[in-house]
Amino acid sequence: MSAVDMNMPILIVDDYKTMLRIIRNLLKQLGFNNVDEAADGSAALQKLRDKSYGLVISDWNMEPMSGLQLLKECRTDNQLQALPFIMITAESKSENVVAAKQAGVNNYIVKPFNAATLKSKLTAVLGQF
Amino acid sequence: MSLPAGKDHSAETDTAEAMETAEGGLSAVNMRLFAEVESVAEFITNAKAEIASLRADEITSEHLPTATDELAAIVGATENATHTILEAMEDLEALAEAVDQEVSDKINNSVTQVYEACSFQDITGQRISTVVNALQHVENKVKGLLAAFGEEFHAAGVERPATPKRADGKAERPDEHLCNGPQLPGNEISQDDIDALMGFD
Repeated sequence: MSAVDMNMPILIVDDYKTMLRIIRNLLKQLGFNNVDEAADGSAALQKLRDKSYGLVISDWNMEPMSGLQLLKECRTDNQLQALPFIMITAESKSENVVAAKQAGVNNYIVKPFNAATLKSKLTAVLGQF
Repeated sequence: MSLPAGKDHSAETDTAEAMETAEGGLSAVNMRLFAEVESVAEFITNAKAEIASLRADEITSEHLPTATDELAAIVGATENATHTILEAMEDLEALAEAVDQEVSDKINNSVTQVYEACSFQDITGQRISTVVNALQHVENKVKGLLAAFGEEFHAAGVERPATPKRADGKAERPDEHLCNGPQLPGNEISQDDIDALMGFD
């Protein structure tokens, strides 16, 4: 039996509607159906403060608030500082990964990615499901 | 200027002669300098005439905006097409629930591959945005050039912009230096490299 609550709310954040749709569909295939969306960091932060989520999957390069800024906001917020946070981004320089890690990201996926990579990173962050 | 007591007269004469020689030398230097400045002025005049003949104002008023619009249209078209593909795959995925497990699994595997492939739209969109930003930088530089060269050929209303960090005029984010978009092939790091940096197996 899975220790992961497959019905937990997941917030996906990306400024590309196609990516939101792709990630949502891949999550659905993995058994996660309770998925909300936000188009940038500030919209995501508002949702995170309005509702309790079990995981954030966020892009980095967004306007006006980036994924890194969102992550930092979460880590300085008492209610959100322990929230699992996965970055899915095309930003693939070492300095980006280091900056995200220092900010407290739980895992980092570089675009383009496949379903297997998404599943393995979800398992690393949430546990077996 | 009188010499201090104790200095002999011949020393004063030598100094005066030396000064005259120096003045003569400076005059020759000045002449060469003036000639150089004149040559530079002529060069600038010719350059202005050549730039004016290029109709640089057309670059900022027509060519670059057109290129930017075309690229934006590419992003829009690929986004629409991608949504259509995704919609079709979602329909197929729903249909897969109505067939036997073996066929359903095969359909779902194929659908997953299509989902993965459709992320191209995000990647190409970001690359095109980088090009659009570069074009906007060029546009601002050309506008600055037009303004700097005076009224004889710059378009009315063109202002010399302060060098902005962002060409699109939007507010700079604190992590602007880290928002570079996808790396070109050969420059990127792999997921394995990222996992190593993150300290994961």
